[in-house]
This record gives sequence, structure tokens and C-alpha cells, in this order.
Amino acid sequence: MTQSFKGPTPSRRQFLSGAAAAGAGAVAASASGAATPDPKITELQPWATGFGEGVDATPYGMPIEFEDHVIRRNVEWLTADTISSINFTPIHALDGTITPQGCAFERHHSGAIELRKEDYRLMINGLVDRPLVFSYWDLERLPREQHVYFCECAANSGMEWAGAQLNGAQFTHGMIHNMEYTGVPLRTLLQEAGLEAAGDLEDKWIYVEGHDASSNGRSIPMSKAMDDVLVAFKANGEALRKEHGYPVRLVVPGWEGNMWVKWLRRVEVTDAAVESREETSKYTDVLEDGTARKWTWEMDAKSVITSPSPQAPIQHGPGPLVITGLAWSGHGAITRVDVSKDGGKTWETARLAQPGDPKAVARFYLDTTWEGEELLLQSRAIDETGYVQPTKAQLREVRGLNSIYHNNAIQTWHVKTNGEAENVEVS
Amino acid sequence: MSKSLKLYGGSALGVAVVLTAAYNFADRNVTAYPERAALAGPDPMLAERAPEPEPSGGLIAAANAEASGAGAVYGLGREALPQEIAAWDVDIMPDGSGLPEGSGSVRDGEMLFSQNCAVCHGEFAEGVGNWPPLAGGDGTLADEDPVKTIGSYWPYLSTVWDYVHRSMPYGAAQTLSDDEVYAITAYILYSNFLVESDFVLSDENFTEVEMPNADGFIVDDRPETEYVKWRTEPCMENCKDEVEITMRATILDVTPEDEAEAETTEQAAAEPVEAAAPADEGGDGMQIDMALAEEGEGVFRQCKACHMVGEGAQNRVGPQLNDLIGRPMGGIDGFRYSASMEEMGEEGMVWNEETLAEFLVKPRDYVEGTTMSFNGLRSDEDVAAVIEFLKTHQSD
Repeated sequence: MTQSFKGPTPSRRQFLSGAAAAGAGAVAASASGAATPDPKITELQPWATGFGEGVDATPYGMPIEFEDHVIRRNVEWLTADTISSINFTPIHALDGTITPQGCAFERHHSGAIELRKEDYRLMINGLVDRPLVFSYWDLERLPREQHVYFCECAANSGMEWAGAQLNGAQFTHGMIHNMEYTGVPLRTLLQEAGLEAAGDLEDKWIYVEGHDASSNGRSIPMSKAMDDVLVAFKANGEALRKEHGYPVRLVVPGWEGNMWVKWLRRVEVTDAAVESREETSKYTDVLEDGTARKWTWEMDAKSVITSPSPQAPIQHGPGPLVITGLAWSGHGAITRVDVSKDGGKTWETARLAQPGDPKAVARFYLDTTWEGEELLLQSRAIDETGYVQPTKAQLREVRGLNSIYHNNAIQTWHVKTNGEAENVEVS
Repeated sequence: MSKSLKLYGGSALGVAVVLTAAYNFADRNVTAYPERAALAGPDPMLAERAPEPEPSGGLIAAANAEASGAGAVYGLGREALPQEIAAWDVDIMPDGSGLPEGSGSVRDGEMLFSQNCAVCHGEFAEGVGNWPPLAGGDGTLADEDPVKTIGSYWPYLSTVWDYVHRSMPYGAAQTLSDDEVYAITAYILYSNFLVESDFVLSDENFTEVEMPNADGFIVDDRPETEYVKWRTEPCMENCKDEVEITMRATILDVTPEDEAEAETTEQAAAEPVEAAAPADEGGDGMQIDMALAEEGEGVFRQCKACHMVGEGAQNRVGPQLNDLIGRPMGGIDGFRYSASMEEMGEEGMVWNEETLAEFLVKPRDYVEGTTMSFNGLRSDEDVAAVIEFLKTHQSD
């Protein structure tokens, strides 16, 4: 799935060294007027006289070739091989809030399997009145819901705990996507199997696992299972992609991505947490004294400026500048995002493109003017519970440096006078 | 996602973290953490649509009610059969419930571990390359760079048994017998100095084993330790006196962008060479069925976790597979093969379509004691396809 750059797209290095400046020149010149007539206007262009492609040239379309750099990328040294690994959403190159499925990050523990709807089974068992097996088609006959939710890997920004490390928003914050899901509430399936056998639901759990070889089992408290968990089969209007769990995945709004079990195969009602590998040896957060937090499911409020950023430097000269980014919270809706240009000395409140939705990504804009000065850009998300995204220093004070997971610290980009941006840490 | 996320954890102390300068957080306006959503009662919409019980209680109605049980509203899904539940419901709880009868010794486990696990996890469970170590790390959890292994970190032995049983060996999950899982679990305990070499683990003594870090976990305390602090009105002006850059990502230079650019260059350079080679011929006039080879490329995904092939292929967990046809068995210098594989090579055995076909059906039968922990390809067609694919990577 992950590819390296190909084609004529100028590389970042070329761009930053000015080799691509000629290409950007026409755009930059807009305010200063043109000395000579623009041949793109005065001369007949091939597309203005001949034909483009007819319908049916591409029965299912890919982005135009000029956008072929907007792809998932991985960081090879992170994991032993790509079968059990992760890649990153190119958030630096996207706008709006919905992540296209084709470039939404992937995390597999034993590879993306190909599972036909005909071969799909979902079992509900354990402390239920009658254990059930659903076919894919059974699921499509139950009342559906639609919701937009973000899915963030608990390890997003995990490489940044000890300091600024990866130079790009895609790599520091790209283990996230935000999609519109269609599916059946898990509650409906559990009620169909009957929960009288479970007795008091307060202290009950479910255990969920996938069809793939890793199975990636996780325990989820019954209160969450009965609240907003979805058994989803469509994302952004179309079938889930193979790499996101086709034909059916679990959606656990606001909670860490590892719990969003793909190729969902079984839901068991239990009287305790299973304490599986994924919830003991992984996805637990080691604190400074060596003890570790477990069951850290909620993803706290977080934000990042996607442009300008190291992979999306300022390409124009001084003048109007749009600063934009993403904000999200597992506790509810984003209500406000503040932006600082001076590393956190002063802040101004950005504009939310739309009012924030609960447990979904919000897009913010700060329409501003850049005089060509150096910037230390930061963003700070605030959610409906009043939680304010902390600094890395605040997080470290509580957790130390070894948590790996759940780093939701404020990110700093150092924008230089030439428009180039770098991932830095500030005092 | 293991400790490798923190590539340079050791240099962390060098980071100037200014904890004191900072933000003028007010102590007021603390919003209480909302309690976790209460359990939803019966959904009224669903309850309204629930079938009313028959007042007269006819036999059929009674039987239906019995079969569908309380709460069934739509009558969708079918009852899961006991055999089906037994096949899938294999999870083991911390108290050992779910464990099947059986046992396995450290001694047997050592051999099984060597055959099935050591390629990635090392003969002594110390880990190979970026693959996780399973032993060691005792007492390092509070260090700068904690080593989180089964011995140093995992709180429950049930997790080890469950994970080995359902998800390992990597690439051949669920192929170990229950006794084999007991034995491998016993060996992992032994490699962590938690049991003696004559130890035999069984469902009977399973819960007697105490994991060193059993008390090392606390339930998420962010509501008390963090949310109360950070649900405050944030500072907007004069929030700190000065700001200094304390660390830069480009100094580390671990961002993959440059690698990708280098790759692009390499690929571009390599293209004419590939194009120059006739598509239907590889090596010494070897005929290649390209359609089958393409199919083989798909099958090769099963091999990719351990083997590289093609431009720039290197030895990984398994040897690189360029120019495999005609290569003596155990023929890559410096790669750590099993003794039997090396012996076969010394006896003059060579990889060709016939020997490969035999090997790939059941590797451990063909080369007894091979370190390749792969159970074999499922069909003759897959075998033929993958060999055809490998033939496209012959250089001469």
C-alpha cells in the first residue's frame, strides 16, 4: 500500500533548496503584476482545443497524477517488517475533515487480509441468552446509523516523547483518520443475543477479536459497548477498504485505534477483562517510576497545524497566509482552537470551519498575514469538557518519558524566513 | 510498536525540558470530569417493536420465545453451535479459565522454541533485530530505556499462553498443539529465570506461576492526575517570558523522506536494466510463465515477512532469494542456517524447481530442523506460482 515518491513531483529537498521556485513563481507574482503576457493565457493550450478523456476511461478513479505525492508513507525503522506495522496519513496535504480511505493510515498486526462477504461470520457468545452467528447480510438488515468519528492510534506522536524527532506532520501526527461510518450499533446485536444471562451489566465486559491471524483481541467495558460502539460496514459512503477491515470493523468512538478491531469476528460477553497481549504488554503506558497505566482508552484532546509544516512549507512571499490544522478529542466535541506564532507566549483563537462534532476531527483556520518573519507555530485544542491540550513539559511532569502511547502534547513548527518549517521543541 | 519507537531514548536526558517557566494556569473554572455514560436501558424504540408474548401460550409461540430468548427483536442471526463456539472461543482469562488440559516441559519447549520462534525472538528469547525480545529486562522499567519483556513486564501468564496459542508462530498462527503451547510457555518462563530446567507447565499448576510484574499496573488515573489540572481557562497573553528552541528534528535526521528520494533515484536508474531483459526469459534460457509468476508474487506475500527478493534484497530473518535457482542449499555466506540445511548443501544439494517444490510443501519434513518457521504452502498451484515468481529474479 505504501509507496515512495515517483513521477515528476519535485522533492521536498529540491523544493526547499529553491530548485522548484520557478514553478511557484507564477503564483507568487500575482500581487506584483506581470511584466509580460502569460502564455498560459495568450497561447492556445492543448486542453482548450482537443479532447480530454471520455467517461469510462477510469471506472473507479484515482487522484490525478499531479497529486501522486499525497500518499501514505511508513517509517521503516519503527517496526521489524511491514506485515506488522503502521503507516501515516498525509495530513499535511489534505484539507477539510474527512480522510479519503485510500490514504487513511493502516495498522496491521498480521497483514491486511482479503475476506469475502460470503466468508464473513460474526459470533456473539459468552454471557448471553443465546449465542448467535450473523452473516454479513444479516447485519445489513438491522437498523443502521451514520456517524463521523476519528480513529487515532494510541502511538500517534509516540516517537516524539523524548524530543522532536520526525520532520513532518504526516509522521508526527498521521496515525489518524476521520471517516463517516455506516453501521449497526453493537448494542442492537447484544440485545438480539439477550443480556439477561449477563445479570448486572455494570461490571461486565465484552471481548472483541478479528478474523486475521493476530486476532488483536481487546476487552471493552459493557458500558461503552452499550453506548456508542458501532459495527460498521461502510466508510465515506463506500465499502470499507481491505486495509481497514473489509467487510466489517468495530468503531469505538473516541477510544484508541487498537480497539477498533478490523475483520470483526467475535464479540464475547465476559465477567472480567481478558488481559490480552494488546492490553497488557502493548497499549499500556509506563510511568516514570516503572509502574504502568492500563485501560487508558480515551484519546485526550489534541491538535496539529498541518500547513505550514515541514512537508508543507510556505511557498509564497509575505502577505496573506492561511494557517490550518486539525483538532479532535475523545471526550466530545472540539469547542475552540488557539494558535500561537511565538512558541506559546501569546495566543489567538482560530476559526473552526464547522462547529466541532463529538469524537470527530475539526478543521481550524487562522487567516493571517505573514511578513516573512520567523514563526514558532503552535496550536492548542480545547474540548467541550473544558480540557486544554497540554504542553509536552506538562505531560512529562506527570508521566515521564517512557509512556510511548497517548502523547497529545502541543506541537511546535519553526517556520524560517524562507518559508521552510521544522519540527522543534521549545522551552 | 515496541520500544523501538524511542530510537534515541538514551539521549533523552540531553533534552532541555523547562518545567518551571510556563503557563499561567488559573485554578478556577475546573470542569468536573463527566462520569462515564451510564448503561443504556432497553432501547425504547427496540422495546416497542418487541413481539408481545402470546397470552394463550401456544406450543409454537412458547418454543419460539424459548429459542429467541429475552431481548431478541429482529430474529436475525442463527444460534451458534457448541462446536463453533469451541472453535473460536479460545481466550484464556488471568485466573486460568479457558485453559485446555495438557502439559509441556521446558526441555520440549526449548526444541519447539528453536524450531518455531527463534528466527525472530532468538534462541534464548533475546530478540533478533527489531523483533521483540521475550526475556531479560528485569528491573529496567523505571530506567531511561525500559526493556519490556514477558519476564520484566507482562502481568499474567495467561496472556502468554493465549497469545502463543492464537497468534503465533508469526505467519503460521494456530498451528501449535496445546501441549506444544504449554512447552513453549514453559521455555519462555525458563529463559526469564522464573522456573528451573526440569519444570513442566500444565493446566494444573498454571496459576501457581507468579509473574514478577503482576502488581506493576494501575488503572487509568488521568481523571485525577491530569484532567483536574488541565480543565482550566488557558493563558492568552504574556504566557512566558522567553522561548528558546531546545531541540530540532533535523539534527536526528531519521525522517524517511530522504530515503524515499534515494529509492526513487535507484528505481529510475534500475528501470532501463529491467526493460532490457527479455520479459519471457530469465537466467540461462529458463522459460517463465509470466501470468503464473504474477500469481506467485501474490503468494510470496506469505514469505515477505522474512525474505527479500529483487533489487537491493538483503538477508533478513531468512536469506535473500535472488538467484535462488542453482544456489547450493545453505549457500549464502554469513547467513545462520540450521545445521541440517548446511549439511545438505555440503552434500551437493542445490535449489532447483524440484527441490524447492518439495521443500515448500512441508519445510520441516524436507529439511529436518530448518529454522524456517513456516508450515508450508497450501496448494501445489501456490508452490508452482511462487517458484515461477522466484525465477523472475535470476540475474544471469
